[in-house]
Amino acid sequence: MSLMLEPAQQQIKDEKIYREMGLTDEEFSLVEKILGRLPNYTELGLFSVMWSEHCSYKNSKPLLRKFPVTGEQVLQGPGEGAGIVDIGDGQAVAFKIESHNHPSAIEPYQGAATGVGGIIRDVFSMGARPIAILNSLRFGELDSPRVRYLFEQVVAGIAGYGNCIGIPTVGGEVQFDRSYDGNPLVNAMCVGLINHDKIQKGQAKGVGNTVMYVGAKTGRDGIHGATFASEELTEDSDEKRPAVQVGDPFMEKLLLEACLELIKNDALIGIQDMGAAGLTSSSAEMASKAGSGIEMNLDLVPQRETGMSAYEMMLSESQERMLIVIEKGREAEIQELFHKYDLDAVAVGTVTDDKRLRLLHEGNVVADVPVDALAEDAPVYNKPSKEPAYFREFQAIENTEPEVENVEETLHALLKQPTIASKEWVYDQYDYQVRTNTVVTPGSDAAVLRIRGTEKALAMTTDCNSRYLYLDPETGGKIAVAEAARNIVCSGGRPLAITDCLNFGSPDKPEIFWQMEKSVDGMSEACRVLNAPVIGGNVSLYNETNGTAVYPTPVVGMVGLIDKLDHITTQAFKEAGDAVYLIGDTKTEFGGSELQKLTAGEISGKAPDLDLSVEQARQEKLLTAIRQGLVASAHDLAEGGLAVALAESAFGTGLGVTAETDGSAVTALFSETQSRFLVSVKPEHEQAFQEITGAKKIGEVTAQPVLKVVHNGTAVIDQPVDKFEESWRGAIPCLLS
Amino acid sequence: MMKVKVHVTLRESVLDPQGTAVKNSLHAMNYHEVQDVRIGKYLELLIEPSDRPIEETVKEMCEKLLANTVIENYEFEVEEAVTQ
Amino acid sequence: MKFAVIVFPGSNCDIDMYHAVKDELGEEVEYVWHDATDLSQYDGILLPGGFSYGDYLRSGSIARFSNVMSEVVKAAEEGKPVLGVCNGFQILLEAGLLPGAMLRNQGLKFICRPVELEVVNNETMFTTSYQLHERITVPVAHGEGNYFCDEDTLKQLEKNGQIAFRYADDNPNGSLLSIAGITNKEGNVLGMMPHPERAVDGLLGSADGLKLFQSIVKHWRDSHVVNA
Repeated sequence: MSLMLEPAQQQIKDEKIYREMGLTDEEFSLVEKILGRLPNYTELGLFSVMWSEHCSYKNSKPLLRKFPVTGEQVLQGPGEGAGIVDIGDGQAVAFKIESHNHPSAIEPYQGAATGVGGIIRDVFSMGARPIAILNSLRFGELDSPRVRYLFEQVVAGIAGYGNCIGIPTVGGEVQFDRSYDGNPLVNAMCVGLINHDKIQKGQAKGVGNTVMYVGAKTGRDGIHGATFASEELTEDSDEKRPAVQVGDPFMEKLLLEACLELIKNDALIGIQDMGAAGLTSSSAEMASKAGSGIEMNLDLVPQRETGMSAYEMMLSESQERMLIVIEKGREAEIQELFHKYDLDAVAVGTVTDDKRLRLLHEGNVVADVPVDALAEDAPVYNKPSKEPAYFREFQAIENTEPEVENVEETLHALLKQPTIASKEWVYDQYDYQVRTNTVVTPGSDAAVLRIRGTEKALAMTTDCNSRYLYLDPETGGKIAVAEAARNIVCSGGRPLAITDCLNFGSPDKPEIFWQMEKSVDGMSEACRVLNAPVIGGNVSLYNETNGTAVYPTPVVGMVGLIDKLDHITTQAFKEAGDAVYLIGDTKTEFGGSELQKLTAGEISGKAPDLDLSVEQARQEKLLTAIRQGLVASAHDLAEGGLAVALAESAFGTGLGVTAETDGSAVTALFSETQSRFLVSVKPEHEQAFQEITGAKKIGEVTAQPVLKVVHNGTAVIDQPVDKFEESWRGAIPCLLS
Repeated sequence: MMKVKVHVTLRESVLDPQGTAVKNSLHAMNYHEVQDVRIGKYLELLIEPSDRPIEETVKEMCEKLLANTVIENYEFEVEEAVTQ
Repeated sequence: MKFAVIVFPGSNCDIDMYHAVKDELGEEVEYVWHDATDLSQYDGILLPGGFSYGDYLRSGSIARFSNVMSEVVKAAEEGKPVLGVCNGFQILLEAGLLPGAMLRNQGLKFICRPVELEVVNNETMFTTSYQLHERITVPVAHGEGNYFCDEDTLKQLEKNGQIAFRYADDNPNGSLLSIAGITNKEGNVLGMMPHPERAVDGLLGSADGLKLFQSIVKHWRDSHVVNA
C-alpha cells in the first residue's frame, strides 16, 4: 500500500494539485488535451518530471539550437547520454558534463557523489569505458562556516564516489564568489574511451523485444529530483531533503563492469541510464527515439521498500540503475551475465508498436500515455529577454588601473585569493592516478591522459570565468570557450569539441534570460571559430537563493587530442637558461579581474576584449611550435595576469625567473588581457620559435630560485620563489582551519 | 525474531582522530563540558533464533567479521523484535 | 614467472598491477576472480588496491572471506611471494597474514600524492634490488593507511626486520613509526600502502617501483635455478 493516498483525477484539477508538481495551468490543460481526458496521479507525475526544465529544456531549447553541433570529428552530437568524437584508429572519445547543484546545496556529500555517479553512467551507457572525471565547482566566500561546510563536503563526496569506483578525478576548477553563497554549483564531467563499432544508443527498437531493468533496487529516494532541480532554492528547501539520493559507488563499479561486458553481447539493442526522472525518462525516451512504445509491469520492478505505488516507482531517482532492451528470448543469458556481478536483471516489459508508454501495476493499467508527448512535446517557451540596466552602466565605465601601492605585496595577496591559490587541498583527496594513464596530474592548465597502446593522449579541462560573464555575457561566453582551448593548446593538444553546463538564475526574469541568450551567442561564435562544436551538455536554471541569482556560469568542458606523447607540455619551467616569452599584447583591462575584486571588493566595468581571429591565430602558432618541439613550457595568462603566471610556472620546479616589463607596472603585471601565453624556450630553439609566433622575449629561467621582475629598470618584485609559493599553497588550508 | 544491537568502538589505546575532531568542534561551539568523544559503529541484526544460544552466535560474528579486535571492542544486547 | 592478480568485486588497481607486470616487468600475468579455488599454477600472488566490497564495514574485512583467500593463505604457507598493495595490504591484515590493523588517516582525508619512502630492509625477496636506506618516490592513494599494532607486535616487527618501507620525511597518514610496508616473519608476504605498480614508468612521474617487482623475479629465478 502506498504511504499516501493519491488524489483522484477531478480533485487534481479542482484543487490544482499539479501546481505543486511544477506544472502550470496551461501545461495541465495541454496534458488534458493530449490524453483527451484528465490524467490520473501517476500520469500527472510522468508529465511533471518529463516536462521539467531538467528533462525537457523547455526554457532553453531555443537557445541550445544556436550552438554549432556538427564537425567532421563528431560521431554523436547532443541527444544521447554523451557526445562522441573521433580520435582516429577506430577509436573515439565520449564525454559530457552535468550539474548537481540543487541536491548539493541541501546534502553536499551525497549531492556531489551522486552527481559523479550519474555522469559516469551517462558515459558507459554509450558503451564507453570511463577513463577520467573532472569537475567545476563554485562556492560563496570561505569566510562563512556554511560555505566551508559545503566546500569540504562536496569535495569529500566527489572523492568518495570517484575513488571508490576507481576512475581518476584528474582536473577541474574551483572558484569562490559571494553570488554562490546559498547556491553552490557542482558540475561533474566524465570522459570515456570507445571503439567506433561499440557505440550504443538508447533506443527501444524491435516490437516484442524485452525491456530489462538492471542494477540497484528501487526505493523512494529522490522522488521528484528533476522537478526539484528546476526550482529556485528557498528557506523551505531543507524540508525537501528526501529528494536527495544516496549513492553506492561499489554498486556502480559492478554495474559498470557488467554493462561493458554487456555491450559485447549482440543481444543488446539499446541501453540508457535511469538518471533524472528514473524509469520514466529512460523508458519514454528510448521508445520515443525508436518510434516505438513500451509496456511495463511495475510489479516486476526490483524494490527496496515495501508498498511502493506506481507513481513512486516511476519517479524514484534511486541510483545505479539502467534500462536495457534486448532481443526477445535471450533474457536468461543476460541475467546470467549480471548475476556474475551480483546484480539484479529483470525483464519488466516489452517493446510495442503503438508509441505509448503503458504501465501495469497490481493487475491494473495505471498509466497509458503517448511516449512522444512525454519525451518530445513538452511546451517550448520563448522567454522575454531584456538587457539589464547594470550592463549599460558597466559598458560606460572607462578602463582604469586599480591603485596598487606595493607590487610585491599585491602579488602575495593575489596568490592567496582562493580562486588563484593552489587547489592541492582539493585534488590531494582525489585519486587522480588510478588506472595509471594520468601523465599530467591536477594543477597544470589541462589534465593529460595517455591512451594505452598508442602514441596518442587526451587533454581535458573545465573552464568558466563567471565574473566576465556577469559584466558582459557575450564576451564572457567567448572567453570561456577560448580559455578552455588555450588550456588544451598549452598542453600540446588540438581542441576536439566541448560539452557545456549552463548554470543560470531564473529564466522567468527577462534580465536573466538575456544573460543566457548573450552567453550562448558568445560561446557559439567561439566554438565555430575555434572548431570545437558542442556535442552535449546540460542546463541548470533557477540557481537563485531568496531571489538573487548566481553569476551566469556556463561551464565549458573541453577535450583535445595530442597526436604524440612527445607533444605533451606543462606550465612548469624546465631548465635554467631557457628564454621566457610572452605571446600577445597587454592592455589596461581590469573589469572583473582578480585585482579589481581584491582592491575594490566588487567587480564593475567592461570584461576584457576578445578578438576570436587573433585568438585562433595565436593558438595555431603556439600549437605549431609545440609540435615542432620548440617549447619547453607553456601557460595561458588568466586570473591575476602575467605576475601570477610567472609565479605559477616557477612553483615546484626549484628554478627561478627574471623578467623585464615596461609601460605601466600594474597593467603589465596584473591586467587580464586575453589571448596571451607565457612560454619558455631552450636557447637553441629561440629563433625558430620567434619566427613562428612573433612572441616577445621578456626574460629567462634562472637557477637561483628567485622571482624577479624589473620594470622600467627598477626591480619591483625580487623575492625567493618559496615565499610566493607559501602564500599560494597555504591560502586554502589556512581559510579552512 | 530477535533484534541484536551491536556497538563497535575503537579500543581505548587507539587514537580516534574523528572523535578528537568532533570534540574540538563541540568545544568551539562552547560545549566545554565535553571531556571526550569516541566514535564507533552501531549495527542492528534481526536474527531468527536457532538451537544454538544466540549470544554465542553473535559473539562469533563479532570476532570474525563485525569488529577487528586488534583495534576495536564490541558489546551487544539481545532483545525481542517488536513486529510492526 | 607467472603472476596472479586477484580481482575482488570493487578492486580497481587490478589493471595497473596487470600492466606493470606484463608491459614493464615483462613477465606472465593473469587476472584471477575472487571465487577461484586453485592458485597452484601461479608463482606469485598480487592483491591489488581498490575498494573491495565497497570497503563497507572495514577496509578488506569482507574480501578476506572470499573463496580465493584460503588459496592465498596456502600460497603464503608454501613460501610463494604474496604482495598486497593498499586495499590488498588491508585484506592481508584482516586475513591475519600480516599483524596489526589499519586506522583512518590521521588527517581524516583521503590522500593521493607521491611520497618519498626509505627502504628499511633490502634483504627481503621484494627489496633486494634496492640499496639499504635508498629513497624512492612512490604514490599513495588511500583513506585508511594509518598502520596500528600493539607495542609487543611493534617490537617484534623491528626485531625481525619486518619493516620493509617507511615514509621518509612526510608521514601522510600518521602510521606507527612511519610504517609504509611490512612483511610477515618469513619474509614472503609483503603489505604496503604506497603503490609500486603506479611507479613503473617515468612518463607517469616515477619508475622507482619497478625494482620491487624485479626483486621478486630475481628471487624466484635464483631459487628455481638452485632447485633445478
